[in-house]
Amino acid sequence: MLGTGLLQGLRVTARNLVGSFHDPKRFVTTQYPEERTKLPEAYRNFPFLVSESAEDPMGTLRCVACQICEKECPPQCIYIEKSRDKKPDANGKMQIFPAVFDIDTSVCMSCQICVEVCPFDAIEMDQVFELATTNRFEGLLLDKHALAKPNSYFHGIHPTEAAAVDGRLAAARKASEEKARAAAAAKAAPKPAPAAPAAAPAAPGAEAPKPSPPAP
Amino acid sequence: MSVSEIAPLTPSAGPTVRSVRDELHGDLLEVSMGPHHPSTHGVFRMVATLDGETVTRLKPVFGYLHRNHEKIGENTSYLSSMPYTDRLDYLCSMTNNWAYALAVERLSGQAVPERAEYLRVILAELTRLLNHTCLAGFLLQDSGASGTPLMYAFREREKILDLFESLSGSRMMCNFQRFGGCRTDATPAWLGAAASLADGYGRFLDEFEALLTGNEILMARTQGVGRLPAALAVSAGVTGPVLRASGVDYDLRKVDGYGVYPRFAFRVPLGAHGDVYDRYMVRVLEMRESIRILQEALRGIPGGPVMDPKAKIRGFRAKPGEVYSRIEGPKGEIGFYLISEGGPNPYRYRVRPPSLINLTILEDLCLGHTIADTVVILGSIDIVLGEVDR
Amino acid sequence: METAEQIRDRLLARFPGAPVAVVANPGPGAQHSLLLGASHAADLARFLRDDPGLRLDFCSNVTGVDWLDREIAEAAKPAAPDPAGAPAMEAGPKAARIQPGYLEVVYHLYSMALKHGPVVLRLRTGNRSDQVTVPSLTPVWRSCEFQEREVFDLFGVTFAGHPDLRRILMWDEFKDHPMRKDYSEPDDYEWEPTPHGEVLPKARRHYPAAPAATAAKEGPAP
Repeated sequence: MLGTGLLQGLRVTARNLVGSFHDPKRFVTTQYPEERTKLPEAYRNFPFLVSESAEDPMGTLRCVACQICEKECPPQCIYIEKSRDKKPDANGKMQIFPAVFDIDTSVCMSCQICVEVCPFDAIEMDQVFELATTNRFEGLLLDKHALAKPNSYFHGIHPTEAAAVDGRLAAARKASEEKARAAAAAKAAPKPAPAAPAAAPAAPGAEAPKPSPPAP
Repeated sequence: MSVSEIAPLTPSAGPTVRSVRDELHGDLLEVSMGPHHPSTHGVFRMVATLDGETVTRLKPVFGYLHRNHEKIGENTSYLSSMPYTDRLDYLCSMTNNWAYALAVERLSGQAVPERAEYLRVILAELTRLLNHTCLAGFLLQDSGASGTPLMYAFREREKILDLFESLSGSRMMCNFQRFGGCRTDATPAWLGAAASLADGYGRFLDEFEALLTGNEILMARTQGVGRLPAALAVSAGVTGPVLRASGVDYDLRKVDGYGVYPRFAFRVPLGAHGDVYDRYMVRVLEMRESIRILQEALRGIPGGPVMDPKAKIRGFRAKPGEVYSRIEGPKGEIGFYLISEGGPNPYRYRVRPPSLINLTILEDLCLGHTIADTVVILGSIDIVLGEVDR
Repeated sequence: METAEQIRDRLLARFPGAPVAVVANPGPGAQHSLLLGASHAADLARFLRDDPGLRLDFCSNVTGVDWLDREIAEAAKPAAPDPAGAPAMEAGPKAARIQPGYLEVVYHLYSMALKHGPVVLRLRTGNRSDQVTVPSLTPVWRSCEFQEREVFDLFGVTFAGHPDLRRILMWDEFKDHPMRKDYSEPDDYEWEPTPHGEVLPKARRHYPAAPAATAAKEGPAP
């Protein structure tokens, strides 16, 4: 009979219409902004700079202004100026820090390459997307004060990845401390042959490829 | 519709080259289905010369989305070009990434671990599912079924996009493949979610086909419209479902056997008539075959790393040489041609865009049909302007 | 499938005296190509398409490449010692040879009938300025139609025998060819200032003198 295809289609539409009143699989709209969908942990949108402590964000930035992220950024939206002097970082070591660190979020495409290439785990991906502003140039150009967020925030948004990063940094710190201790012991010992270092020193993430954390 | 015999290619059928007539007849109307049009799949313009409602000449005009992707590729390092490949065919970022990663791996002789190959196949087949679902939805939307099939398609597509988001961090611009594997590993929870999606997709396709395949209006609008002869399709370099709907058995997953595709048993659906309805049906059948590949790959994915531990990501340099490598993307053969002079950037970076080359036959298909059919024919060719214009 | 050398030998057997050469491709890809001269290119292409052993009926990709003039410095010859015993004169200036640049069109051919490939063809122009014509292969493979138009548009290679050679991606009145290596973009087009925007100072030269207040609102200077 002509029209059976149409009737079958109408049956499908009716099933969806009626189902949308009681079946959550049929009615999938989230009434944003009153309801919000829970974002997956791996979701990324715009980077931020990691500070070790929340009380002194500028003084404990992990970033040492090596400018690798600036070079690798595909749309060239990062702008860094190195500082002239050195300042003690979170571990007490004297380090150069970024005097200027700007990210133009109107250009950034959230590709995550800056995060992948950073040897110091200083820049990570944030999850903010409600960034509407009325000024197109200053409002979307984030400087280091707007970008710096504490490590506790990082744990809040990406717990698995933050735990992996902390583990890696702690292991690197421990290895370099042991290496320093072994070198000091070797220098203090009277024997001409130096003592073998206790643990094989691991490079602090500079050359080794970063093992990526699994997504949930 | 069942899987048909392969139509034999006639060696004597040469290409037809349309000659351009520049005179404008007094009674012909030139209509510009201009770049701003809801049914042209992007900023795409068709200048149609009409005799009443019949198309006598049709010139596609594009370049409105030209973003000098290839010149950017020459000035950007190999790694930093990866996010730009997401934005070529912006619906299918995972397959674009894979095509580019494969080209660079062939240029440098980089090996890929087995788990990464399986993961790439899983993501490529998920991309094929979401692209063909999108296409069916948009074809119906452009034909006038205003919204319903499109929204059903998008409801299903959201599930795949959620999978991509939980794996790579982004729904569409995934930037996921690297030279030597994938960026992150998939957890068992993710693989389980993908498996349940693959198992449920068949039911969705049954409902979708119940809505569309037997629909008399769709059949009247698409059967017999825009017939593409096989010889013309081969000569015009048409690839993908459009080619297979004309009866030519050429699927790169079978012909080239890249990745681990030779391990999976799947069929290649072929069409018999080469019209719009066949192109739609070939895509629906391809979706069913993709589900089979997905289920097999998810069952068989081995353990191990997803990234070659010796692969260098940053500061990657290829030795001098050139390579052209291609994969079967959802729209057709997407290929990358790279010339390296040994530096950090490629000397020449070229994308072979399936959508652009499939448009070669647009005029041939539309001649003699009405202006309303041009929308349906364009929808069945499946173009994305990000790829046409780059 | 035959290697590039075997195909060249068969082509030379069928078209004796035709300009065909093999261009080796270093690297693991090993896709060696055949360099064809303009005189016989269309006939050779038709032979490749129709030959029962090759049946290359699918032209997959047409690419344009711009090779600039290259300076090849050669080592200077040492000066001959003076028989009278005077100190040896310094060697003459290094002879620098300029290898002239050209535009190249690369075709990748596959066979849908026999499922093999690729066979790579190359056509080169005489130079980059006035001898930029090569024969079009669109009468042989229809898929070259849009791609050769793109090479014409972006590189400036004219294809003799193309049915509809006009710009495809740029607009019709556009001058110059953007994908050439020596293309310099105009300095006054609309551009969004970014922290790295060198274009903004270039563009400012074309604007009327801006008041000081506007300049202060522009954000940090690069």
